[in-house]
Amino acid sequence: MLEVQLKNINKHFGNFKASDNVSFEVERGKLIGLLGPSGSGKTTILRMIAGLETPDSGDIFIGGKRVNDLPPGKRGIGFLFQSYALFKHMTVFDNIAFGLTVQKKPTAEIKARVEELAELIGLKDFTNRYPMQLSGGQRQRVAFARALAPNPELLLLDEPFAAIDAKVRQELRSWLKFTIHKLGITSIFVTHDQDEAVEVADEIIITNHGRIEQAGVPIEIYQAPKTPFVAKFIGESVQIPDYTIFKGFDGYERHAGILRPEFLEIAANINEMPQPMPLTTEKGIVQGTYFRGSTIQIDIEVKGHVLRGFRGLEQAPLREGDEAFVFIHKIYGFDGDQTKIVENAAKRKESVII
Amino acid sequence: MFGKNDVIPGRRLTLGITLTFVSLFLFIPLAAFVLFASGMGFEKFIAAVTDWRNVHAYGVSFFCALAAGLINAVFGLIIAWVLVRYNFRGKKLMDALIDLPFALPTAVAGIALTTLYAQNGPLGKIFYSVGIESAFSPMGITIALIFVGIPFVARSVQPVLKELDPQLEEAANLFGAGNWTIFSKIIFPELVPPLLTGFALAFARGIGEYGSVVFIAGNMPYETEIAPLMIMTKLEQFDYQSAAAIAIVMMVLSLTILLGIHGYQAQQLKKIGGAANA
Amino acid sequence: MRESIWLQRFLIFLAAAFLFVMLIMPLMLVAQEALAKGVDFYFKALTDEYALKALHLTIEATILAVVLNTIFGISSAWLLTKFDFRGKTFLGSLIDLPFAISPVVAGLFFIMLFGRMSPLYPILQENNLAIVFAVPGIILATVFVTFPFITRELVPVMENQGRAEEEAAATMGASGWTIFRRVTLPNIKWALGYGIILCSARALGEFGAVSVVSGHIRGKTNTLPLHIEILYNEYNFTAAFAVASVLVFLAIMILILRNIVESANKNPVEEKIPTDNKNSDVPKIGDLNVGSST
Repeated sequence: MLEVQLKNINKHFGNFKASDNVSFEVERGKLIGLLGPSGSGKTTILRMIAGLETPDSGDIFIGGKRVNDLPPGKRGIGFLFQSYALFKHMTVFDNIAFGLTVQKKPTAEIKARVEELAELIGLKDFTNRYPMQLSGGQRQRVAFARALAPNPELLLLDEPFAAIDAKVRQELRSWLKFTIHKLGITSIFVTHDQDEAVEVADEIIITNHGRIEQAGVPIEIYQAPKTPFVAKFIGESVQIPDYTIFKGFDGYERHAGILRPEFLEIAANINEMPQPMPLTTEKGIVQGTYFRGSTIQIDIEVKGHVLRGFRGLEQAPLREGDEAFVFIHKIYGFDGDQTKIVENAAKRKESVII
Repeated sequence: MFGKNDVIPGRRLTLGITLTFVSLFLFIPLAAFVLFASGMGFEKFIAAVTDWRNVHAYGVSFFCALAAGLINAVFGLIIAWVLVRYNFRGKKLMDALIDLPFALPTAVAGIALTTLYAQNGPLGKIFYSVGIESAFSPMGITIALIFVGIPFVARSVQPVLKELDPQLEEAANLFGAGNWTIFSKIIFPELVPPLLTGFALAFARGIGEYGSVVFIAGNMPYETEIAPLMIMTKLEQFDYQSAAAIAIVMMVLSLTILLGIHGYQAQQLKKIGGAANA
Repeated sequence: MRESIWLQRFLIFLAAAFLFVMLIMPLMLVAQEALAKGVDFYFKALTDEYALKALHLTIEATILAVVLNTIFGISSAWLLTKFDFRGKTFLGSLIDLPFAISPVVAGLFFIMLFGRMSPLYPILQENNLAIVFAVPGIILATVFVTFPFITRELVPVMENQGRAEEEAAATMGASGWTIFRRVTLPNIKWALGYGIILCSARALGEFGAVSVVSGHIRGKTNTLPLHIEILYNEYNFTAAFAVASVLVFLAIMILILRNIVESANKNPVEEKIPTDNKNSDVPKIGDLNVGSST
């Protein structure tokens, strides 16, 4: 069952194209992350769904109904603003109650609903406070409760974690994901932080230059990025202008591509390789090592490019200036505006032999 | 334009009310004036504008307002400085008192200052005893304009001084800069824009000021007549054309001052490369 | 930068002396001169028929100017801060224009519009409508000189607040009036109060513009400041200062009120703001008791 549908949405701000023929669908009950760099048009999409902006052309459906001509208040949405936009002079109670008060709901019903939501966000002893007297994380939850109070069909969240301290952000992410799933409300949130999108969203929609680059579940996008932009944007990567210089990837044409750290096997000596394949293994000089908690990050120069990979803590330590062996399992090769996965020739041959 | 897609309601209503008010109270009177003035004929206009008695009056208004503006720039800076950076008894009172010229009707200020600085007035006695005519003279006009202009500079400088990053001074201090260097090189440049704004506002106000000046001026032709008084005089003689001509000169003067300062500041902002506090 | 104590004292003395001579002494003089002929004379001057009529007209013009400018100020500030449209900067400058125009010139505008040389004059005459040299002219001139006051106070405050709170209210379906009354007004009430105070102060004391359009008809078109002028020019100094002392009293009240408004604005509800670093800040998922709604 579709909850939200956007069809061929276009939107300009002066000469700036914020949305370029955007179409996508969101299933009921899903938690969707709109991910993209700043200026990619993700917030504009969210604001158009809410009715805070008007598309130049195209249709927006919420719950099967075309809402283009409905004002924001009639679309059945809840909106969580990036700055929360809490009413400063109203208490937490009045903030949460606002939407219901506007609908002229009976006082007893409002009270019950506010108390229920205050309980949900863990602030039931704080309902008499003003937003100024709350911490950033508490404010965000009040804004969340306020958006939920009128029982919207769809919850829209604009950079919900942007204004929160790093430490609390982590906890809030899990809390928000859990709570939204528990309530079963369809939600779309905007973020520029890929970790946040991957961690919180059921599905991710990646935007760039007003267009949608790819949509899908996080792991699928990570493993099969469709476009060079997505390949670069998602996950850690090193860009290579021509990957055919590396052993195992020879070709006649130049091809740009990117390497993920987990595509690299870095070994202190050739015997450390799981399957020694000298013909397709490169040599390099270690440029730097960085302790990353559970792994050690190795920056290693191979044929003039500094590549990045990881080694386990239990493996023999490498130091700056050491020579080491590098086996590249695969590369995301760029072909126009598509990407393809290119396996190392050694693996290809192997599979041919077997 | 009619914003059928506005999120926040009220565009048409507020546009309607605003345009009605602007038309009724600003635009129509202004248009009536322009129509009348443009029907006057160029020669008549030039004759009225260049009439020596009128020219003298613009000069008195201009230079007295300039002098008052400069004096207020100096004292306004001192007052703002003292209020922001020092603690002393009566500070709150001083802070509140600065706005008195905004609150006190100009006519009251006018008669009080006249009595104070006239030959037998408490302060006038002192001035006259050393041969200074502190009333019914350009000095008297300047005194009245100082009174009117006190709040402008102090109130422009005060917030900027308050917001000044103390780390700037601390940084300069670490380099071993002395008080005078810190003030002249670090603090004062930051205060130039608000000083100019305050000065320009006081100056422009001074050129148009009537109520506080008319009593202390003495209104002697070719000596202490101010431009607004000339308009009153022409009106009393039913010489509307001359009144309009003088009014145009005054409007050009004060708009030039205000726009000049505005342009200068826009240019400065561009130079600094930010519109942070524009 | 720490100035020596002597320099500090010197600067404070300079500021205080300047303000004493320029502001305090005139006030003291008003009080002294007003009572020069004794308390009986003072009260007689205040309760003089013409003085009372002038007071009445002054209050009438002030109230009208404040009411009209409040309506206009709120409308124009809402328009200028909540919407984007072409000509916005121009409109803003136009509203500020009365600041750049001498009150005497402002008065002249209305003489040109409604006076004897105006094409409207015959029509007004026919219908027995007097605008200049009559009460409507005084009110028009007063509104003109106080025109920008409230807009000027509201626009920066509303600009600063942004549109997010109003947008949030709109997404919840609140009407324009509800948004204004419950969301915007509480945020701007101090600025509005301050604007009203400034507007009243100026309206009470306006002299130049009113002087041009009034015609100085005693008991009819005289406001208090004009009444003072007449008394003073008739060498009735004590009475002039007696009436002036009323305006001084009002000015001081305005300053006090202004300070109350300002300090109330500075200290909104502000307790200790809890920080984010407590671990208990976010409810534990396990502890949650999710309601049965939605």
